Amino acid sequence: MKILVCISHVPDTTSKINFTNGDTEFDTNGVQYVINPNDEFGLTRAIWFQEQQGATVTVVNVGGPETEPTLRKALAIGANEAIRINATPTDGFFVAKQLAEVIKTGTYDLVIAGKESLDYNGGMVPGMIAGILGYNFLNSCINITVEGTNVKAVREIDGGKETISTSLPLIIGGQKGLVEEKDLRIPNMRGIMTARTKVLNVVEPIDVAINTKAVKFEKPAPKSAIKMISPDNLDELINLLHNEAKVI
Amino acid sequence: MSILIYAESAEGKFKKVAFEIASYAKKVAESLGTTVTALTINTENVSELSKYGVDKVLKVNNDKLAGFNAKAYADVIKQAAQQENTKLVILSSSTDSIYLSSLVAVNLEAGFASNVVGLPVSTAPFQVKRNAFSNKAFNITEINTDIKVIGLAKNSYGLFENASTLAEEAFNPSIGDNDFGIKVESVEKSSGKVSIADADIVVSGGRGLKGPENWNLIEDLAAVLGAATACSKPVSDLGWRPHAEHVGQTGKPVATNLYIAIGISGAIQHIAGINASKVKVVINTDPEAPFFKVADYGIVGDAFDVVPRLIEKLKVFKAQNA
Repeated sequence: MKILVCISHVPDTTSKINFTNGDTEFDTNGVQYVINPNDEFGLTRAIWFQEQQGATVTVVNVGGPETEPTLRKALAIGANEAIRINATPTDGFFVAKQLAEVIKTGTYDLVIAGKESLDYNGGMVPGMIAGILGYNFLNSCINITVEGTNVKAVREIDGGKETISTSLPLIIGGQKGLVEEKDLRIPNMRGIMTARTKVLNVVEPIDVAINTKAVKFEKPAPKSAIKMISPDNLDELINLLHNEAKVI
Repeated sequence: MSILIYAESAEGKFKKVAFEIASYAKKVAESLGTTVTALTINTENVSELSKYGVDKVLKVNNDKLAGFNAKAYADVIKQAAQQENTKLVILSSSTDSIYLSSLVAVNLEAGFASNVVGLPVSTAPFQVKRNAFSNKAFNITEINTDIKVIGLAKNSYGLFENASTLAEEAFNPSIGDNDFGIKVESVEKSSGKVSIADADIVVSGGRGLKGPENWNLIEDLAAVLGAATACSKPVSDLGWRPHAEHVGQTGKPVATNLYIAIGISGAIQHIAGINASKVKVVINTDPEAPFFKVADYGIVGDAFDVVPRLIEKLKVFKAQNA
């Protein structure tokens, strides 16, 4: 089985979010980048397939040379090889078109992407790839097993879950549940050393029409100060929630 | 030219998000001088949509669509959009609608903006404000395509009544067999409980509750308020509560009217997942807990003392305001 894991290079959750150039660009100054958490759950599941079922795992990212440390980290965790599509990811459709091109040429059986990235929160790339290629697509996937070309999977739904059967080739939008937090791997020294010699192919992007563009960013208005209530005055809390906040 | 919405239902009743996107679509339609058409799938009684300004309903009744199937539903939405010559499709951010919306966008060769909060900033050029960076910023996105798709963030607009006269029309899309590559074998739903996705109020517990045996505090408070229950990541990692209750960055997102955090310190990953909630209450013994920096109302106190008294007082309040 050939698996492709799509990796988004995103600011760590603890990063300060600021903008520059008249609030039109994200300020990368001092920002630590990580593998998008939803993608990392998928990558770890892919490594499980590699170790248990002999799958080969390729990781791919759309980004400039500055994103290579994130791909090297994925290689250090255990991916066999990496592809970097040399372009600035402008919108979800652009990224999906680039990835679809790589999937067509590489004939992957299973494509794992995170259901959403933590930077732009678009949540659209895996579905768009499926739409472009006509592959089977399962979003919010929290478990997957593969035998031959038969797939059993679980999708999280509002208020429960669904058990799914489908077949390869398949694209999933993955999240926590594919593996648990405790299963995530921190690259060890040997992994980091071997990652240096693994193949990282750089491919040039294809032309894609610009459907949407981010024109400006805004920070939320500063929050008004918290109102503290004495634990001996719970009537006041109920009063505030009822009359001021109007939520009960 | 009408705006098209997909009005979701479950067990024959519209979901709240259906009314929210109807309210939103009506307002956008008024500013564009057009009307709102709703697509419904296997929903018998659609009259409630007229309360929220829907002008026309395309009713699909088809046994093949008895269970949700993203690809098939996306195909149906595409056909409805083409029949209505729609330039703007508005979808909700329920799990199912998020699943199908990117397929709809590709089907219609439409530019797609998800996680939209609030009315368009401008209609020419078409610009919308959306959540980004896990609620730490907004992003104004311009959509340049002829047909546009937007996904409205949950609970970001609200319900607004706006009575209309509803025209109902049967709609018979063609449904191909190759839409059913994904087969649902079984569905597991926790019955009799309010789901986090549908709840107006969420009561959430953290490690401060000391053990799963104390969760009756959370459940009883939730019961008085008609709320869903949730928990922090450490609580689900410890196995005190099921993973499905974990809210936060890697758990379920919460965008509710009222979020009550009990014994949760407020790690940045937790806040990222719940920050879209409108009003936040924190009850914690530690006055230095970071949650106090982001909440609207705070009580420094012991959950085991405060919560039982709060439950009793709320029972009295509910009885008086019933």
